[in-house]
Amino acid sequence: MTINWFKYSSPASFYSLAGKMIPIFVFASVVLLVAGLYVGFFVAPTDFQQGEAYRIIFIHVPAAWMSMFLYVVMAFWAGIGLAFNTRLSSMLASAIAPTGAMFTFIALWTGALWGKPMWGTWWVWDARLTSELILLFLYIGFMSLQAAIDDPRRADKAGAIIALVGVVNIPIIYFSVQWWNTLHQGASVSVNQAPSMATTMLIGMLIMVLASWMYSIAVILKRTRVIILER
Amino acid sequence: MNWSSVSEFFAMGGYGFYVWGSYVVTFICIVGEILLISNRRRTLEKQYSLIHDLNKKRDKK
Repeated sequence: MTINWFKYSSPASFYSLAGKMIPIFVFASVVLLVAGLYVGFFVAPTDFQQGEAYRIIFIHVPAAWMSMFLYVVMAFWAGIGLAFNTRLSSMLASAIAPTGAMFTFIALWTGALWGKPMWGTWWVWDARLTSELILLFLYIGFMSLQAAIDDPRRADKAGAIIALVGVVNIPIIYFSVQWWNTLHQGASVSVNQAPSMATTMLIGMLIMVLASWMYSIAVILKRTRVIILER
Repeated sequence: MNWSSVSEFFAMGGYGFYVWGSYVVTFICIVGEILLISNRRRTLEKQYSLIHDLNKKRDKK
């Protein structure tokens, strides 16, 4: 039996596949969200330094991770679309941008609300915060550039160039806490050392990360379907 | 269980404004995003059904 791997790269067959998959991801994200919030508010203990304010972590960290990850995925698909002229890849990239921008905004917003009680300020121009703000501008730049060009194929190509150039910002955000002195704390979770927080806090946070993954996939598929219809 | 009463839960140890400010705004963003997409789709469906109707009328003539 031969499988046609390129079957779903055609917008028409992708459209129906995505339609079938959306309910699964919606269901998964709702279940994970409820579980994550339960662990976050009722199981995870009060932080000994920050009191209850640390509970912002359950949205701040997932949102910040998603904002960076979605940018890389967006740039990847935009790049594939630019290199191989595949329509669906570029549509996916355009569908990812608003969700990525939303997560970036949430990361900045919750960061400000966390910074005020802990650092005594809503905002500082330090490396982590500034590079995350630049990420928001990159998303907005990508979307407005695409919106400003009438021909969708030309808009895809122009957007892809912004997206690819902007990728350089992602490692800057990630390593900013090591490269510069910043108010922002270092990574709470890393591969080669034990996480610097209670296990239940970590579990709650990881469930919330999974929930935002499922949410993003559902929303992006939904938006891709609309974009397919529009073209 | 961390909370002995509902009001304690909402107070968040004095950080209620910051914690709930984060959660509420995130919730609004998510609901807003979903509404925007369904709205975009509905507009599109309306346009298509309009075109469809016009084509039908033209075919009758």
